Amino acid sequence: MRPRGIGEWLAYGLLYLSIVLVTLPVAAVLFILVSRGYSAISWEFLTAMPRMGMRAGGIFPAIMGTLLLVLGTVAIALPLGVMAAIYLSEYAGRGRLNRLIHLAIVNLAGVPSVVYGLFGLGAFVLFLKIGVSLLAGCLTLALMILPVIITASEEALQAVPQSFREASLALGATRWKTIWNVVLPSALPGILTGAILGVGRAAGETAPILFTAAAFFLPRLPKSIFDQVMALPYHLYIIATQVPNIPQNVQYGTALVLVALVLLVNASAIILRSYIRRRRSW
Amino acid sequence: MEKTACIIDVARLNFYYGKFQALKNISLQLESKKITAFIGPSGCGKSTFLRTLNRMNDLIAGARVEGKVLIDGRDIYAQDMDVVELRRRVGMVFQRPNPFPMSIFDNITYAPRMQGQHKGLDDLVERTLVRAALWDEVRDKLKSSALSLSGGQQQRLCIARALAADPGILLMDEPCSALDPVSTLRIEELMQDLKNEYTIIIVTHNMQQAARVSDYTGFFLSGELIEFGDSNKIFTKPDDKRTEDYITGRFG
Repeated sequence: MRPRGIGEWLAYGLLYLSIVLVTLPVAAVLFILVSRGYSAISWEFLTAMPRMGMRAGGIFPAIMGTLLLVLGTVAIALPLGVMAAIYLSEYAGRGRLNRLIHLAIVNLAGVPSVVYGLFGLGAFVLFLKIGVSLLAGCLTLALMILPVIITASEEALQAVPQSFREASLALGATRWKTIWNVVLPSALPGILTGAILGVGRAAGETAPILFTAAAFFLPRLPKSIFDQVMALPYHLYIIATQVPNIPQNVQYGTALVLVALVLLVNASAIILRSYIRRRRSW
Repeated sequence: MEKTACIIDVARLNFYYGKFQALKNISLQLESKKITAFIGPSGCGKSTFLRTLNRMNDLIAGARVEGKVLIDGRDIYAQDMDVVELRRRVGMVFQRPNPFPMSIFDNITYAPRMQGQHKGLDDLVERTLVRAALWDEVRDKLKSSALSLSGGQQQRLCIARALAADPGILLMDEPCSALDPVSTLRIEELMQDLKNEYTIIIVTHNMQQAARVSDYTGFFLSGELIEFGDSNKIFTKPDDKRTEDYITGRFG
């Protein structure tokens, strides 16, 4: 469609410019990471333990640490968040209490991540005496992404047509069976979207794991969920600022791995979602 | 498949949405294995009345019922009434076809599976679809999506889905209002056919349809049951002036 007239041209130009301004930094970041970091990427870099004070060897424990943190976080936050969303959407009325709970959830989503980190330190590490560990980190991250998952799940549940619920109830299904057999399957793609957003955040955040899970240097995998872990974002922060004489391509390479990991996790969730969507509508 | 006689006995039924009274002092008896139609202008309470019979109105916040509805002699609003049990006994077909986004097979077997039946489902699906006059059209694609069917087929599927729950009573809430004339005719034929086994109660805004299919007709206006009786009588020489005005098209 060709714009006509000066006003149309102006509007078109401004809108086009905004798209360029939005996408350019993303492209630039990716370009810089790839061009400066790819030389560090090797099989050893991805699969070996760090050596010589992190100046040589690989970042395997950090990759695994981040994967474990994300996995544990989703395992905690997804069921809890979906259950909370089901309660809010299907069981709670539209009263004042419900509005208050929503307000609280929206506010939780706006809390800075470092506050979650300090809360995790206070509540899980010290008060519950879990210690700085994988578990404490997962709990803290789960708390942080819960609002995202609850909000997305609730929206997905509310988008399920009321006629499905009526049809199921009219057939003599109980409320819970209706939710389980009809409502939840229809809402699953939307719920997964929430999970994807949460995973992206959990994988990339440093502050929540800073005091709760992350090890400065731990050239092995965690032995249990009560063990500390290395994590990519924190590892990146350390090698970029705390340890001198780290080769530059290692720093960029680590950042590249982190970005690629987040994209990979997101992409697999998106593929899963589209598979479920296709299977449901044939 | 012989059904026990289903008799519905409604006594002094009042229904409120919050402060608004949607049904006023309704009393009537519905006969087993007949088709009863309820007609009336939009908002007259006919759909609300239909939904009091399987307690679908329970889902609406602020709704309140007074009076008695006896089905097979049991007060369905009594404390010890199991709503799930009631809805198995009293099936419902909705205004818009609302098949689940599942296969045709899974739609039909939904209610039996809910009741824990997992054997003989193939037979049941065939029997039910034959009963709903849909078998010949879908026999080769039971595993494909119910949403791939036409609107008229979807509605017959919904009827089949309701029949699979083995109800005695079938409520139909304007089941043809979203369908074309040919599909409407097929549903009406199906109703005549089902009448031998089921008690059918239909709400319709289409007076010709009510006249064509029903044995008894009730006329609702502003939440009141103005007139109720033999369809032939209602449509030829009604007792009440308002009924006459409505069926002759003077309002509504």
